[in-house]
Amino acid sequence: MVGNAVFRVEGLRKSFGRNEVLGGISLELHSGEVTVLMGANGAGKSTLVKIVSGVYERGGGTMTLAGQDFAPNTPAEAIRAGVVTVHQNINDGVVADLDVATNLTLDRLSGRGVPTLFNPARVRREAKAVADRMGLAIDLKARVSDLSLADRQMVAIARALAHQPKVLILDEPTSSLSSVEADRLFALVDRLREQGVAILYISHRMSDIRRLADRIVSMRDGVVSGAFDAKPLDYEGAVNAMLGRKVHLDRIVVRSSAKAVLTVDGLRIAQGARPISLTLGDGEIVAVTGLVGVGKTALAETLFGVRRPLAGAMTMNGKPYAPRSAGDAIAAGVFLVAKDRATSGIVGGFNIERNVSLPFLRRMSSLSVLKRRLERATARRQIEELGIVCRSEKDEMSALSGGNQQKVMVARWMAQSAALFILDEPFQGVDISARRDIAAKLRASANGRATLVFVTELDEALETADRILVMSEHTIVGEHRNADIDLDRLLAEVAGGPLHSAA
Amino acid sequence: MTLRDYAIRYGFIVLLLGLVAYFAIAADGFVSPQSAVFIFQSVAITGVLALGVTATLVVGGFDLSIGSVATSAMMAAAYVMVVLEQNALVAVIACLLIGALVGLINGWLIVYMRVPDLLATLGMMFLLVGLQRIPTEGRSIATGMTMPDGSVANGKFSDAFLALGRHRFDFFIPNLIPVSVVVLLVLALLIWFFLEYTRFGRMMYAVGSNERAAELAGAPVKAYKIWAYVISGVFASIGGILLAARLGRGDIASGNNLLLDAVAAALIGYAVLGGAKPNAFGTAVGALFVGILLQGLTMMNAPYYTQDFVKGVVLVVALVFTFALSGRGRR
Repeated sequence: MVGNAVFRVEGLRKSFGRNEVLGGISLELHSGEVTVLMGANGAGKSTLVKIVSGVYERGGGTMTLAGQDFAPNTPAEAIRAGVVTVHQNINDGVVADLDVATNLTLDRLSGRGVPTLFNPARVRREAKAVADRMGLAIDLKARVSDLSLADRQMVAIARALAHQPKVLILDEPTSSLSSVEADRLFALVDRLREQGVAILYISHRMSDIRRLADRIVSMRDGVVSGAFDAKPLDYEGAVNAMLGRKVHLDRIVVRSSAKAVLTVDGLRIAQGARPISLTLGDGEIVAVTGLVGVGKTALAETLFGVRRPLAGAMTMNGKPYAPRSAGDAIAAGVFLVAKDRATSGIVGGFNIERNVSLPFLRRMSSLSVLKRRLERATARRQIEELGIVCRSEKDEMSALSGGNQQKVMVARWMAQSAALFILDEPFQGVDISARRDIAAKLRASANGRATLVFVTELDEALETADRILVMSEHTIVGEHRNADIDLDRLLAEVAGGPLHSAA
Repeated sequence: MTLRDYAIRYGFIVLLLGLVAYFAIAADGFVSPQSAVFIFQSVAITGVLALGVTATLVVGGFDLSIGSVATSAMMAAAYVMVVLEQNALVAVIACLLIGALVGLINGWLIVYMRVPDLLATLGMMFLLVGLQRIPTEGRSIATGMTMPDGSVANGKFSDAFLALGRHRFDFFIPNLIPVSVVVLLVLALLIWFFLEYTRFGRMMYAVGSNERAAELAGAPVKAYKIWAYVISGVFASIGGILLAARLGRGDIASGNNLLLDAVAAALIGYAVLGGAKPNAFGTAVGALFVGILLQGLTMMNAPYYTQDFVKGVVLVVALVFTFALSGRGRR
């Protein structure tokens, strides 16, 4: 089973400014093997992929391909050398307005020695050869925009394979596919494995990993935190290595709550998912954890009114709660610090003060005219409260570090008192000290509301919460009091392992 | 602030003052109340349209239909008074309704039909240019004109309506300030206050900067966008009313330059005070800048046909100012 390492990475480093993203990664890929790379968001997977595929320059370390030094300056060089990457966003890999044949041969349209005139017959001939080699059964004349996502992805992969790569990198290829569509992809991966391609497969989905992996490498905080190649593969160990289980030093005093704030009954957030029921109490902080794509954000958005549940009812402080918009939710005292602050939180054109006041403009104005003095006072108070490092409340958001930007987002929603305070991945792209500050602030202010924190990283849940819920396949599969946690059971639930299947 | 910051922030204002100073020395009679009023009057209609389009720029949109909304409103005013023989009030209300309706349709096309803003309003522009010609079979509207059915239109522009174009208020000097200038100043103050000091204006900026963040902060984003187009439509129709009152007839051939001049003023406004974003104050200054430049050049005997070229140069310089120097281009 163990082939030669066709591709070898040693001591790879990369920093952006002072921020070290990769701290010496070593990795081997073997011909005819699928190596699965696991890692939470921010672990450095995409940086690694971008270096290998020639998008970023490496900061240090060596890469060798079939014994030769491998140092691509551009993506085109990497491809020519035989390292081909299919990126996560399917539509980046295809040109929607062109037909399949042209897409398959797109990379031959430019470069040296290519004829100036476009010859449709030749393109179709070459495309057919590519499709046949892969067993691709798609009409070559169809426009890519008319294809399903899965077919588009097949085209993107086929296009990549037209270069006959030695190494193929698939970055979360199933993240937008249904399970039937994923099966087709797996069949293709099997076929490539037999042809002797070395495959690096990046995924969070345990079902993919169980189906495909020959070896698993886990990454965490820019280093390899675990490598598993002994059969049978230790899946739970891999998840554990990825999520980490550092002994947390400042152990929290776990509270439990008597008074229910939010009751959720039979809530279904996805087709075919089992219903969710839960109760959140006054003063307690509940963390919901689970891998990427298990529906954490969907649940957060359902509670916040920007997504409709398929079924189920919610009760807030004894009254029925069925928000139809974010505005409804805010009026009911439900606030959400949304995931990915750059796209869903920060208003780039506004300074700190205006970002903080954004959701509460109505309460900060009389006769719709803004009370600027109140706005400034609020911003100053919140900067003080959360310890935001800035020159003044007039600073532009772009002048702040990631951690301080996130503090502004939290400060925005803590400016008024909430009944239910939801934070979706509040620690993403946040340095450790800001993370500690935010968690401490959440715990210190928890009384008088229910707090719900969605996190992928287990450490973050253990550091912040009184209670931890585990999500898998769009439903809640486990509940733990954060006092004497059975971590093995929790990890098994996260990994969606036998414990869950049997249930 | 560094020198560079000062240059970005006040550079355009300094340029404007420099221009005024230069013309004051070089052109006889440039510094006089009459000259100043003339400048304001020359940019009044363009300025009103530009203030309206600023509202759509604020929410991250664009409105290309403003010029044709203005001319449609002008034709409608003439039609209501000359053909339907109604009074000034009815004419004004009809114009405002047309502006609001077009704005609603623009907003609906963009928000609910998902037509890109430039294309939706471009389509609306064509539609209106054609529509305004249909009732009179392509003829201009004036008292005594022959209608398509052979009858003669006997109505006339009411005096009250014409006063909108011809009356001048006393201001230290008798009969100095025309109504159109007052309208411009009032609307400029209104929209400036609305955008800078009310929660609606603030939310409109948020929508333009990050739509999703605005939505997650509880803003009805779709409504804000539609309202922006309604504001733009209504302002354009006010511009049309002023145009009709000035001309005293429904002239099919007038108003060709309105769209480009108004858009130029709004875009020049990005550069004022280094905001690099649409703002009412900047738009007003942008309109004035163009007016002063043209007036000064005219008084120095520059031929009329160089005017568009000059406007173009100013616009390009202002855009470079906005996007390159301040390095904060958004659109």
